[in-house]
Amino acid sequence: MTDIATRATRVVAQTGGRRRRLNGGGPRAGVIVAFLTPFFLPFVLFYLVPVGYALWQSFLVVRRTGGQYGTSYTTFGGFEQYVQVFQNHEFWASIGRIGLFGIVQVPIMLFVALIMALLLDTPLLKAKSFFRITAFMPYAVPGVIAAIMWSYLYSPQLSPVVDLLKGIGLQPDFLGPDAVLWSAANVSTWLWTGYNMLIMFSALQSIPQELYEAAKIDGASNWAIAWQIKVPIIAPSIILTTVFSIIGTLQLYAEPAVLRQISSNISSTFTPNMLAYAVASGNNYQQAAAISVVIAVITFVLSFGFMRLTSKRAGL
Amino acid sequence: MSNQPLIRESRVSRTAMMALMFLLAIYFLLPIYFLIVAATKPQGDLAATNGLAFSHFNLFDNLSTLFSRSDGIFGRWALNSVIYAVLGAAVGTLISALCGYALAKFTFRGREFLFSVILGGVLVPTTALALPLFLLFSATGIVNTYLAVFLPSIVSPFGVYLARIFASAAVPQELLESARLDGAGEFRTFFSVAMRLMSPSLVTIFLFQFVAIWNNFFLPMVMLQKESLFPITLGLYEWNGQTARAPLLQESVITGSLVSIVPVIILFLLLQRFWRTGLAAGSLK
Repeated sequence: MTDIATRATRVVAQTGGRRRRLNGGGPRAGVIVAFLTPFFLPFVLFYLVPVGYALWQSFLVVRRTGGQYGTSYTTFGGFEQYVQVFQNHEFWASIGRIGLFGIVQVPIMLFVALIMALLLDTPLLKAKSFFRITAFMPYAVPGVIAAIMWSYLYSPQLSPVVDLLKGIGLQPDFLGPDAVLWSAANVSTWLWTGYNMLIMFSALQSIPQELYEAAKIDGASNWAIAWQIKVPIIAPSIILTTVFSIIGTLQLYAEPAVLRQISSNISSTFTPNMLAYAVASGNNYQQAAAISVVIAVITFVLSFGFMRLTSKRAGL
Repeated sequence: MSNQPLIRESRVSRTAMMALMFLLAIYFLLPIYFLIVAATKPQGDLAATNGLAFSHFNLFDNLSTLFSRSDGIFGRWALNSVIYAVLGAAVGTLISALCGYALAKFTFRGREFLFSVILGGVLVPTTALALPLFLLFSATGIVNTYLAVFLPSIVSPFGVYLARIFASAAVPQELLESARLDGAGEFRTFFSVAMRLMSPSLVTIFLFQFVAIWNNFFLPMVMLQKESLFPITLGLYEWNGQTARAPLLQESVITGSLVSIVPVIILFLLLQRFWRTGLAAGSLK
């Protein structure tokens, strides 16, 4: 503290002698630009330009002169692509699937993550770092690999889990038409519970202990402290993990794509992102762009909600 | 007297807690344990023996089959993943640090606007960008080259966000002022003073970006057709799709999956505290 203080007074004393600009002697504009450009140039090229390009593409249509074998040309089509997206029942089916997935999987995952974070934050639990590390470890596993690992645990020929369940008289079919969505949901839950748990746990750790002292003296149980003091305080973290989970759900691709390799119950248009890719593979780039834009708009609406919910607390 | 039931209650709830946490730990470890067991078995034992029990130890044969298959293409994929992830994360961390530092330490017009654009970028999922990027890159001929995966990977808005938080916390303004008075240029100050002070947080930024690139699948899938450019994720995905026709590939997919997660898990256990820093920053702000 004193070190910084003396240094500060020295700085003040020295600046008195020289003329500095009002902003406290910041660098010239050219220097600032030089610091910012290495990030902003690729950011503009690989983030903003593609967004603009997708928007532009989504307003184009390919038409042919004179029937099936005429020459094709690209022209402005207004909202034609969007009308097609909204009339596409596969699009609505994929949105419905992913909506159902999100409504069930996200709350379950975040609830488990919250319970784990709260338990790790109590003094009652032993072997805390072991539990923390095992939960976070799946974050190091790529989604594709996680889905491959789980697909072996789902497969009727290889799975020890299926064997075990058969042993107690059950006939599980993890890859059946009704179950496969939840088998994909399980892969996401396995991958992301620990990550979300650590975000919540970090927030819990930053709560000053004194906050609990008064409640303890008043005879509040650990249960009451957890739900009435801790959870409300870390609400911003819970909101943050919720919104990131919803965004992640909307982007789902790798896990169902891997399960598709072993299950005929996952179509090539199972999720919105798979639909966009399938349409693009059929060379209908304008339609694919429109689908991507619709997904992005849904994502944006949710993100904007997140920004509004958290802006009150954000320090930056 | 009245303490007795309280203690018993806490012992019961403590046991229940431990049991719950153990069940969850088993859930998180089960697929990894299964993978380790399966990677040590010969192909024939995969279906014939219990998936959770070791049988004939065949790991080294499996590894040599894995690395010699299709003229050693797996080694190539592993190398590609390392190139994409290490170089991408290194370049990405440097440009994020420069930008985040400037946003934290320099006052200029439009600063908050630029930062909110970056924050918006944090919320743009990279999968949404992959298809339009493919179209742009095919117009410029970059598609199906290393650059097609490398260039978009270096951009990490989350990295800039973290760098800004860390720079405001770790680099005292007074230090910069005195460096300026000593006549040091801004870049010299950044590289010799600020970067040293920020170094623990730079490790955090590097790790997050490394894992994001290592785990990436959609971007390389969209961009690459040439097998020799694939990262591990895409290569194993392709192999996994062929196991119906070539069942012998199964053992290589399993062994390859294990090989691909071991280095990251090790990195992870060794550098645990850096993850905590990043997640804490993400949760607080």
